[in-house]
Amino acid sequence: MSRISRRKWLVGGVSGVVGVAGVAAAGDAARRHGLMPPDAGLRFGTGAALTYAAQRTLTGESRAREFRREQISAKPFANPSQMKEEAYARSREKGFADWQLQVEGMVARPGAISLAELKEIPARSQITQLVCEEGWSYIAEWTGAPLAAVLEQAGALPDARYVVYYSMEKDWWDSIDMADALHPQTILAHGMNGGAMPAEFGGPLRMRVPRQLGYKSVKFINRLLVTDRIEKVGNGLGSSGPDYGYSWYAGI
Amino acid sequence: MRHAFVVRLTHWVTFVCFVALLVSGVQLVISHPRFYWGETGNVLTPALFQLPIPSSRASVSTGYGYVLPDQNGWSRALHFQAAWLVVFTGLLYVGVGLWTRHFGRNLLPRAGEFRVGALWSTVASHLRLKPGGEDGGAESYNVLQRMAYLGVVFFLFPLMIWTGLAMSPSFVAGFPAVVEALGGHQSARTIHFFTTVTLVGFVAVHLVMVAVAGFGPRVKAMITGHSEPARRDP
Repeated sequence: MSRISRRKWLVGGVSGVVGVAGVAAAGDAARRHGLMPPDAGLRFGTGAALTYAAQRTLTGESRAREFRREQISAKPFANPSQMKEEAYARSREKGFADWQLQVEGMVARPGAISLAELKEIPARSQITQLVCEEGWSYIAEWTGAPLAAVLEQAGALPDARYVVYYSMEKDWWDSIDMADALHPQTILAHGMNGGAMPAEFGGPLRMRVPRQLGYKSVKFINRLLVTDRIEKVGNGLGSSGPDYGYSWYAGI
Repeated sequence: MRHAFVVRLTHWVTFVCFVALLVSGVQLVISHPRFYWGETGNVLTPALFQLPIPSSRASVSTGYGYVLPDQNGWSRALHFQAAWLVVFTGLLYVGVGLWTRHFGRNLLPRAGEFRVGALWSTVASHLRLKPGGEDGGAESYNVLQRMAYLGVVFFLFPLMIWTGLAMSPSFVAGFPAVVEALGGHQSARTIHFFTTVTLVGFVAVHLVMVAVAGFGPRVKAMITGHSEPARRDP
């Protein structure tokens, strides 16, 4: 073995060891700073973990783009609802007057909030774009109670790390970290384009997380769970998304 | 010309990433084979164009009587995984390339190569499928190769990353100019698609040229770095 090639092997070996150690250290640091998504251990989780850590670091508390009123799409689109719950049909007949949002977990005042009570919280209206992971998009005005205000009213504990939200639709739930949960544009939307939230768009109550893809904006919300142990919730991966192959973090 | 170790390594990692990005990207397009210009677009709005292929979503009317299976879950994950890897690989390639003056020595066209006569004779030899470096054989890159490689490295790849980031709702929250400079979210998606088409075209021509130059020896040279004596065309 010549000197040159021995040096090459040495350099290669050292860079390999440094590389592996570097990746391990970066993973540790990310975990310590809460920059590791709950589904990072999945087969393709590395990419989503890098994206999550990079975007949380780079874009911080930035706001999603908001648009002018004349940019609102004349024809918004919603994927056909799979909602088949009888309870939903019954509530819809009553104009959702009996709709309730359960708030539980790490909150000082757990309990149910009615839709009417939710509408008493000073609403935020925002004209944002909904981008579906399939590639299509539309702009609409969403009106609703800021999730931060709901959490404050319920007395969310300072150690909370995630807010889990459940759809009345079976097996559909998701979660966001506190950066998104307390973000001013994250709202429990009960209105769209000036009217009540239409059923096909998730009425009476839809979570809107405009800095992430449309699938994080879960429809028919009737339960919130505040937690610091996301791995104890459901499949432990932060949402029902991974069951269908979709990553928890959808900031892309 | 002997290919440097970093050139060979990054070439093959990029190749693997390109295949992964293409396969997963095609799957994603199949879920919505319609393209738009501007900020928004969906099945209820007119498309700039629609690819004449079946879709994996029933909501898209394609004229085909069937819906393809949904492959978006693993495709999305693979797409972003490969995107990260190819970005790191590209940074390594460009960084080492600048350090070793790879671009100046091997890729920037040399003086005189842009003369009409010289350009034309190179184009003509390619059209006759008898390319080759100016020194004969594969001793160095000819002017068309140099321009194509520089275009891929410094234009198509950055454009791909730019248009990709422009589609990220979180990234553009922090850096809105990234999408606004392109004319909107759907414009970014459409440019991303055409950049893919251009890259696929490059790879197709690249493969033909490698085959003409001698597929086995050229692939071997790109793996081991050891080049056999150039084949001289009569």
